[in-house]
Amino acid sequence: MRREGSAFQGLGVVTLKELADHLTSIRLFVLELLVMVIALVTVYLATEQIRETTAEDPFLFLKLFTTTREQSPFSFLFFLSFLVPLMAIGLGFDSVNSEYNQRTLSRILSQPIYRDALLFGKFLGALVTLAIALIVLWLSVIGLGLLFIGIPPGGEEVARIFVFLLVTIVYAGVWLALALLLSILFRSATAALTCLGLWLFLYVIWPMLAGQIAQIIVPPDPRYTALGLQTPGTAVLEQILSRLSPSTLFGEVVVALLDPTTRSLGPIYLSQMQGAVLGAPLPIAESMLIAWPQTVGMVATAILLFVIGYVIFQRQEVRA
Amino acid sequence: MSGDIVIEAHGLTKTYGRATAVDHISFSVERGEVFGLLGPNGAGKTTTILMLLGLTEISGGDVRVLGFNPAREPLSVKRRVGYLPDTVGFYDQLTAADNLRYTARLIGFKAIDREKRIAAALDQVGLSDFADKGVGTFSRGMRQRLGLAEILMKGAQIAILDEPTSGLDPHATSELLAIIRGFKAEGVSVLLSSHLLERVQSVCDRVALFSGGRIALMGTVAELGRAVLGGGFVVDIEAEGAGLAERLALIPGVSGVEKTGIAKLRLHADRDVRPEAAAEVVAMQGRLKYLGVQEPNLDAIYTRYFATRPDEEMPMKEGTLHAA
Repeated sequence: MRREGSAFQGLGVVTLKELADHLTSIRLFVLELLVMVIALVTVYLATEQIRETTAEDPFLFLKLFTTTREQSPFSFLFFLSFLVPLMAIGLGFDSVNSEYNQRTLSRILSQPIYRDALLFGKFLGALVTLAIALIVLWLSVIGLGLLFIGIPPGGEEVARIFVFLLVTIVYAGVWLALALLLSILFRSATAALTCLGLWLFLYVIWPMLAGQIAQIIVPPDPRYTALGLQTPGTAVLEQILSRLSPSTLFGEVVVALLDPTTRSLGPIYLSQMQGAVLGAPLPIAESMLIAWPQTVGMVATAILLFVIGYVIFQRQEVRA
Repeated sequence: MSGDIVIEAHGLTKTYGRATAVDHISFSVERGEVFGLLGPNGAGKTTTILMLLGLTEISGGDVRVLGFNPAREPLSVKRRVGYLPDTVGFYDQLTAADNLRYTARLIGFKAIDREKRIAAALDQVGLSDFADKGVGTFSRGMRQRLGLAEILMKGAQIAILDEPTSGLDPHATSELLAIIRGFKAEGVSVLLSSHLLERVQSVCDRVALFSGGRIALMGTVAELGRAVLGGGFVVDIEAEGAGLAERLALIPGVSGVEKTGIAKLRLHADRDVRPEAAAEVVAMQGRLKYLGVQEPNLDAIYTRYFATRPDEEMPMKEGTLHAA
């Protein structure tokens, strides 16, 4: 039998309340400060490099996000791919368990709303907060770039930067869904630690581990090794495994978006490159097409994590 | 269904795996009545309340709240019923008024209506001066009152209060009980649970004694007193004298004598045996220090009931009460 009324009754109220809570919290202020300082530093380093080396590049502005000083790995992109998860975890790790801790859950759920609205509102509130923070960050980077380089971005560059922003919000959504799920499962300290542990594992350890596992399952062919090449089977498996980490997916999407010359995100055969003008940029639609599977993968991961959390939350007793 | 019955439960059951938390309980609450669910912790009171609100699944039985089924129409139930949970919590970083504003928005009150209701509710529980203070600084009693203000603001037809007086000092308790009487005066039905019997006795019209997930006894305090104490009297005596207990037990009408302390005895009798008891003590040349008769109170009923429950005589009384 259908239950009465809409599952989303009260959704707007919960979302706005969560948003207000986040925007006034000291936690967000600290995170935002950290991100802004890093943006400033990385953009400064990038412009230094761009000024020195670049002669003519039609996508000069995009370089702002990806380049940095030689022998320094600290590009804006590098910081982004590990700070965004940190921000998402920071906002999400105590979203549900704090209602238990403050003993507000049963009081709120005794109002005429469903649990759906509460959980979805918490997710949306945190996601909107992250989106606002990221938009501010984007605008600052673009503004600083204009100041430092003095060349305005072209139309396609703006479009690519905008899509990059959207993908970053999706990436934040994945980690937020994970944090929300753990906040349903564990008390706040445990949830935070588990979240950070998973983040370290997926971001640092898994890419290294993926290569090792791939080599165990598909041992490298000595003929390829002798030529100093990777065995195709091993390389493909390694990539498949490493794509289980959302950080890998995000990295691939960003490469396709910010480097218009990217034609493929995996190993390809020379025969597939026939007729290609190497180094020629692709139109934005083509770049998006290349990044499409990865983007869908991230959206699907976020939805999957949210749904698991949703099902568990629906069955949880309101008494802690 | 009668228009005067606001809560009606038949064979309400809740099981967690193999454990049964609430075992086929049936009761009904009338409009404007204060109904007490009493019993020790873990007897199933809170689980029953959560089932009434649709906050936990019902394993079996049938329940109607204001004519709605909480499992199927939880929004209709929750719109009309106010709930004060055991140790109620508020968002500490928000002010009292902001906490109520959030709830009011969730209920769906319009902006103008909202402010009026909040101001009136806070005034009614005496928290007007603290409307713009952070809840983080509130004492337990103030939180409980804020919880009641929320129910008042909601304009609920039924107020369900889980352990409203636990952990409160006597002053805060009497303030809270006064507010609960105010609910009754406005025609709001109140269902409250407690393990502190004497405090709620004064406000409850009828009570249900919970034990191990079942309702052991139900009725007005006077009815329970008659049923459990056998309509009899409990006389406390403090006196010295060898063999006094045996002598007192021989007084016609005395059904039992128990030792409650050094030189303290308690007589259970079917009439007021104070004159005879005094005469016995004096006849033995004993020193009579105290002699008093207990009014039937919930504490006595409760203690007596659970003390004698293993005995054979009790199931009969339980049966008669259930029929009543």
